[in-house]
Amino acid sequence: MKGNGNHNARIGVYVCHCGTNIAGKVDVNALAEYAGKLPGVIVSREYKYMCSDPGQELIVKDVKDLKLNRVVVASCSPHLHELTFRKTTANAGQNPYLFHMVNLREHVSWVSEDPIAATEKSKALVKAAVLRAVWHEELEPRRFPVNPNVLIVGGGIAGIHAALTLASAGKQVYLVEREPSIGGHMAQFDKTFPTLDCAACILTPKMTAVKQSSNIHLYSLSEVSEVSGFVGNFKVKVKKYPRYIDEAKCVGCGECIEECVYKEGKYPNEFDLGLGKRKPIYMSFPQAVPSIPLIDSATCIEFKSHKCPKGCVEKCGDRNAIDFTQKVEEVELEVGTIIMATGFKTFDPRRLPQYGYGKFPNVYTSLEIERLVNASGPTLGQVILRDGRRPESIGILHCIGSRDENTNKYCSRVCCMYSLKLAHLLKEKTGAHLYNFYIDMRTPGKGFEEFYKRVLDEGVSFIRGKVAEVSGWAQSPAEEGKMILRVEDTLLGIIRRIPVDMVVLSTGLEPQADQQEVRRLFNLGCSAEGWFLERHPKLAPVDTFTDGIFLAGCNQGPKDIPDTVAQAGAAAAQCMAHIDKGFVEMEPNTAWIDEELCSGCHVCIGMCPYSAIHFDTEKKVAVLNEALCKGCGSCVAACPSGSAQQNLFRDEQLFAEVEGVLV
Amino acid sequence: MSNNFNPSIVGFFCNWCTYLAADLAGTSRMKYAPNVRVVRTMCSGRVDPQMILWAFRHGADGVLIGGCHPGDCHYQEGNYKALRRSKLLRKMLPQFGIEPERLRLEWISASEGERLRDVVNEFTAEIRHLGPLHKKQAAPQMAVAA
Ligand SMILES: Cc1cc2nc3c(=O)[nH]c(=O)nc-3n(C[C@H](O)[C@H](O)[C@H](O)COP(=O)(O)OP(=O)(O)OC[C@H]3O[C@@H](n4cnc5c(N)ncnc54)[C@H](O)[C@@H]3O)c2cc1C
Ligand code: FES
Repeated sequence: MKGNGNHNARIGVYVCHCGTNIAGKVDVNALAEYAGKLPGVIVSREYKYMCSDPGQELIVKDVKDLKLNRVVVASCSPHLHELTFRKTTANAGQNPYLFHMVNLREHVSWVSEDPIAATEKSKALVKAAVLRAVWHEELEPRRFPVNPNVLIVGGGIAGIHAALTLASAGKQVYLVEREPSIGGHMAQFDKTFPTLDCAACILTPKMTAVKQSSNIHLYSLSEVSEVSGFVGNFKVKVKKYPRYIDEAKCVGCGECIEECVYKEGKYPNEFDLGLGKRKPIYMSFPQAVPSIPLIDSATCIEFKSHKCPKGCVEKCGDRNAIDFTQKVEEVELEVGTIIMATGFKTFDPRRLPQYGYGKFPNVYTSLEIERLVNASGPTLGQVILRDGRRPESIGILHCIGSRDENTNKYCSRVCCMYSLKLAHLLKEKTGAHLYNFYIDMRTPGKGFEEFYKRVLDEGVSFIRGKVAEVSGWAQSPAEEGKMILRVEDTLLGIIRRIPVDMVVLSTGLEPQADQQEVRRLFNLGCSAEGWFLERHPKLAPVDTFTDGIFLAGCNQGPKDIPDTVAQAGAAAAQCMAHIDKGFVEMEPNTAWIDEELCSGCHVCIGMCPYSAIHFDTEKKVAVLNEALCKGCGSCVAACPSGSAQQNLFRDEQLFAEVEGVLV
Repeated sequence: MSNNFNPSIVGFFCNWCTYLAADLAGTSRMKYAPNVRVVRTMCSGRVDPQMILWAFRHGADGVLIGGCHPGDCHYQEGNYKALRRSKLLRKMLPQFGIEPERLRLEWISASEGERLRDVVNEFTAEIRHLGPLHKKQAAPQMAVAA
């Protein structure tokens, strides 16, 4: 290595107890004493909570009194408090990048069994930091302006609420929804727990407000296909699939639908989960936003044979809104921040064949029942069996695809409550006898337990036990023509057989089928179950590890509508914080090239994923454009002459650190 | 090799996946062998083969590189670069008298705290089995740039 770093380094080392989190395992006194003897260390202290005000003041005072020019804090993960301590040293008048942090809590005390080994490991890490800090340099953060426009992906209640919040603050929002209409799952419900508000009554006004806001630019039938750039300056490509009806010309009268050659709906309506039928030209539901029909090219006769009389076109007349030639369009947007509001999908009960979904016609999923009980649903709110009969007994099976070792281990959080809601609605609509089969009743929420009580009082039977099987083998005349639910009643301690006419499977919530692809597109992380990963489960629940991208709603984990809306508001606030600040500061961890040392070998140029390096043919050296560099350090690792270096991760710094950890 | 040999292992963990997996293992209070000492880099693509040799030369018995899963690198494909480099380096290590098994590259995502624990434990056991790297014969006699 060239040189010896800063011989005049005056280092202060601060060992945090973190209460007993660190001090309970690591001998903090021995560690501080050890650190005090390391080269360049002027002062070394231990303190109960370094991040507390007195802890930080201790550092500020030492920097000033003892003229420290390097600070090392050995406490928790830099992902938690690096910024805190950089600010502390800045307050003491020091360049914040001269600071370095050691992760004793997450990487040592919490994961070690033996206190002696933990203390030894801590010593190694502290020594590494001290050797490294000597090589730290003064740096300036890079500043970039923040584009005030916001992209929201997904137009469920989360995306809608965030869009309206931002729009009311005067921000421009691009709302991208891949379905023909916004609304998400909530638009499919009749009533919502625990208040039994009619879903349409509370959602439709918000959907209309989206349509009417001049600050919201809605892209329906659209998907994001490319994302580049960084916080404050994202470039996004949106693919807009053809609706075959010009949104600018259509007035939404719906007369074209009337005039279709199909006089009745013929194809399963996706919005009704196939329970209702639609024509090739249709609106997915009456309150759809945008309230513009679409043509399904797979079923429209004109697309198949070009021989349709096209009553739709004729009826539209000189409005001329129907356009069979529409193609996929690509739109480029520039935004500063992004909210992911892509929601969830429900568990597919075909994966658990013992429940007979797809085998017995009267086994339904909860979402299908939501459509059946819905006054504007395919049966106009009539709950009838497939053969037209009214059900006399109905079994609702909780936790299908939740709390199950074979499918999803987690609790889906909303199923107990929506099962209670459906029990109430089904009883009200059919007068049938209702059975709810549950493992545990989970009703934590405002008004939830009261709602449970209410449904109990309405005479719904609750059987504690997981149904083993839905079968058609009648063993008595009473079971004839019914489906039989075999269940261990764990309160009575007996196996029971309960015959019913209708079965409702309360399916759990799962990440979207394309969650992984979307995650890659936006450079996000996922939890082990596949939900998008928040930056911190408690303190940064809507942030992600990609600056400028925030989460709202069920894509981060199952939650009900109130929690979704709260999170959407929080995500909108985070965007506004960026917009109103006006600029972002980025880690100065970019690479640079020493012209003197560069031999012009070109190796780094091919390494850079962002085309930030080009070759200066006059000088015959590589030149790096700092504005494009994102600081991965690939070029540095590849450079054979050592002329490429990365700020904060210089060769000297890393080599010194390696030496240090090897004590 | 005696069982109470305590190997020194350097872990080069990328900031976005494996370092966070180690944080998660911590917050989940998983216990694992104390032998791996982590040096954080922004991306596994920053890990210079010279840095690995430097570690062996300064007393490491093993080197563990941790990066994001294929397709997940925060910088598009730094992990592929790490993969190519480590494959090449593993071929060269025997020339320095270092068993290639002493260098390992693993993909560990931010949510895989358990996997981090298991990899660290397994690798530590493997290095313990291989025994200490005899420094005299193994010290790579190469010039380290910069
Ligand atoms: C059967 C059932 C009943 C329920 N009943 C209630 C209730 O009574 N009360 C209650 O509080 N909660 C209830 N819930 C929970 C409620 O559904 C959720 O809290 C709520 O829908 C979450 O809203 P969201 O916007 O996060 O997701 P979603 O409603 O799933 O909306 C996501 C939107 O994003 C779109 N999208 C997805 N991926 C993309 C992409 N890549 N590009 C563009 N767009 C995309 C989707 O098309 C969709 O419009 C129930 C859930 C179920 C399953
Ligand atoms: S960021 Fe993890 S390997 Fe590149």
